[in-house]
Amino acid sequence: MVVASSEMATVEAHFRELRSRKRLYTWGSVFGLAVALIASLWFANETNSGKFIDRLPHIFDFFGDMVPRDWVEPFRALLDLPSPYDDGSLKFNYPDGRVYFTESIYVPEYFYKMLETLNIAILATLIGFTFGIALCFLAAKNVTTSRWLRFCVRRFMEFLRAFPEIVIAGFFLAIFSLGPIAAIIAVSIHTIGALGKMYFEVVENADMKPDEGLRASGANWFERVRFGIVPQVMPNFISYGLLRFEINVRASTIIGAVGGGGIGEVLRLSISRGHEAKTIAIIALLFCTIVTVDQFSAWLRAKLVGQQAFDFGRG
Amino acid sequence: MADLLTTSPAPSSSIALSSVDVESFKQRHREVFQPPLLKRYGLLITFILCVVYSLYCWWFFAIGKTLEQANWHIAGSYLADWVSYEARPDVEFEGGYFEITYPRFSPLGDNPKPEWIKTRVSTVTIKDEQSKTATSVAEPQAGISFMAPKKPAQKPTTEPVLNFMAPASSATQDSGSDNSAETIRPPVARQEEKITEVVLTVGDATIKVEGDRVEVAYQGDSLVANIQREQAVIPATSLPAWAVQKRPGEKIKMSFGWAGRAEIQNDEVKINKRFFGWENFWFDTNSKLWPLSGGDRIAAIFGGERLEPTRSNLSLAWEDFLYNPSWQHYDVWLKLLQTIVMAFVGTLFATFVAFPLAFFAARNITPNRFLNHTLKRLFDYFRSVDMLIWALFFTRGFGPGPLAGISAIFLTDTGTLGKLYSEALENIDDRQREGVKSVGANTTLIQRYGVVPQVLPVFLSQSLYFWESNTRSATIIGAVGAGGIGLKLWEAMRTNQDWENVAVNPGDKMTTEMVG
Repeated sequence: MVVASSEMATVEAHFRELRSRKRLYTWGSVFGLAVALIASLWFANETNSGKFIDRLPHIFDFFGDMVPRDWVEPFRALLDLPSPYDDGSLKFNYPDGRVYFTESIYVPEYFYKMLETLNIAILATLIGFTFGIALCFLAAKNVTTSRWLRFCVRRFMEFLRAFPEIVIAGFFLAIFSLGPIAAIIAVSIHTIGALGKMYFEVVENADMKPDEGLRASGANWFERVRFGIVPQVMPNFISYGLLRFEINVRASTIIGAVGGGGIGEVLRLSISRGHEAKTIAIIALLFCTIVTVDQFSAWLRAKLVGQQAFDFGRG
Repeated sequence: MADLLTTSPAPSSSIALSSVDVESFKQRHREVFQPPLLKRYGLLITFILCVVYSLYCWWFFAIGKTLEQANWHIAGSYLADWVSYEARPDVEFEGGYFEITYPRFSPLGDNPKPEWIKTRVSTVTIKDEQSKTATSVAEPQAGISFMAPKKPAQKPTTEPVLNFMAPASSATQDSGSDNSAETIRPPVARQEEKITEVVLTVGDATIKVEGDRVEVAYQGDSLVANIQREQAVIPATSLPAWAVQKRPGEKIKMSFGWAGRAEIQNDEVKINKRFFGWENFWFDTNSKLWPLSGGDRIAAIFGGERLEPTRSNLSLAWEDFLYNPSWQHYDVWLKLLQTIVMAFVGTLFATFVAFPLAFFAARNITPNRFLNHTLKRLFDYFRSVDMLIWALFFTRGFGPGPLAGISAIFLTDTGTLGKLYSEALENIDDRQREGVKSVGANTTLIQRYGVVPQVLPVFLSQSLYFWESNTRSATIIGAVGAGGIGLKLWEAMRTNQDWENVAVNPGDKMTTEMVG
């Protein structure tokens, strides 16, 4: 018994040592994180143009700037109806932005701009979807046997993802001058890279039995991909594409704000010029659109792939 | 497919089906042989819809027109500016001699004598500075005084006399004081050493400027242009493929490929010569260390004689490097750090807030429908008000800087992470919770030991993923004023758009790439 208890003591001691080491690591990393956080906050506060404490009372200044003349004004701005306060300035010239289809039928400016932003997002997603699919099969281990080709395609997709959208947008804005084309290109390039990566991961997880069957019956590479892999992965592809579409709507709004056209641009202009009613109208429209897009996409994804649709974060 | 079964001649070894069998086979597998219309043509319809939509977008965004009007040459020069820089000397015609000038902040320093510009200096007779314009005045009109027209023929000389400054003095010339000697510049022809011939080498091209002629030789062709000073540029030979003159008499533009380009104007020849590399990456031309090269520079930094008596060369070098005006290393690093900090703090705070809230939002953990719903809608709200709007909101509140960026990322991500976390919590395995509950643990302990171990890896990976993704977003929202590298990057690119010749600051881009 004496021997056994001394062995037990060794085990105990070892357990205690392990436990204390684990605790040390835990507290060490918590401490490190806390130090990094405090240092970061201090740095952010130091380099900010206003100090946190000083500016805290002003935090809702944004809303203070957004009180319209009366509460019908935002609706007039949204629908481009003439304002009773119209003094010829840019602030109340709502009807000037109308986009006429015929003599009497028009689309209000902000709806048109929202449509532009949505179109940027849809087109970019479509381009990304097409090229992403084309590239993903070449990058997947189970479909493409050439290691060299796979390597090249994967590095190429990483290259597309590596650039922040704003750099690409800035580059193309210089070439095409201000407008939505630069935004389309920037968002598309990023989407190709992001979707391509997700897609080839999906393809690599596909069941290879249909492929085997097709191979046994003498199908060529294209037929194997078309009839063996695509039917399995298509729901996932579309689901990821929709997820990406949600992100792209936001991205094209932001790129719009820095010169890429669409609703983002009018939002930035109206905020910087202090047009309250217009700002409220745009923000409301943007909010509703994003909620609608998200809900629609979530519904469609749930229909396509079920609960699996919600197991992943944004791409 | 149905046709295939009946008409294709069956190989002798395969099974031949009788027509009755075929019919019954078709009857039994109706969905295979007669699929619904949508299923049969679904792919085709989708494809056509996509094409139609693309055409619509082509029209909607006027893509064709925009592509036509695009300035593709900017793309080339932007891309080239990543790895190269340009020197831009101008050879100005001064009437008989030349002056070589450089723009301000030229990467070659204040008074460069580069090897690729060869000059011949000879003694030339120049007239007084004021008489410069007079050379174009014809002889009989000599002796004009703009200010004192009453006495035009005071000095009957053939030399032109111009007097802008002292109208009276020309009349009181006889008094002959010392002052008058200064004010009445005698129309001397000074003898001075001036540049009379310039030969520039730009890649394979040689540009020779002499007298009123500019000779350019490139790719076996040559171009000779005669200059009528401040009036016209007249090519004496036919223009080679690399030279363009839009209208007779106007400037001639020449392109020498990657090596550079040149422009012959009626009063100067502008040259852009491209060099490989980053100009003055370490030290700007104002720095005392700039004139030194390679080894000398390193030797000077580590223990050469002090260039400035008050401090060591090392500290001088450090300072000059950080505050290098053309690269702004210090500023770029600061902004880059801001971007990283924005993403880090924003995501971390969002994680801290979303973590407990997610437990209250998850249906299976907090069985309070009202609370679940309220929290989930709150998450949706934070997510749906775009990060852009949050950024604008907080930029107004805190002023431009990383605090605004942190807050914007924090709110957006609280929404996103809250949603993802609560969904992860709703998908957990209930058996572990039950187990912990059955041994008498209280509510907190149930969550701690029954739930957290299951979801922690998911939570962590999602948070880490968002940290990465937010570094990218932080760059973008920075451009609307929320701090970080975004604005700097944006300004660098935007100013260059108007000013196509200015090199993009590649440092900005490289550093951003590293973040992304």
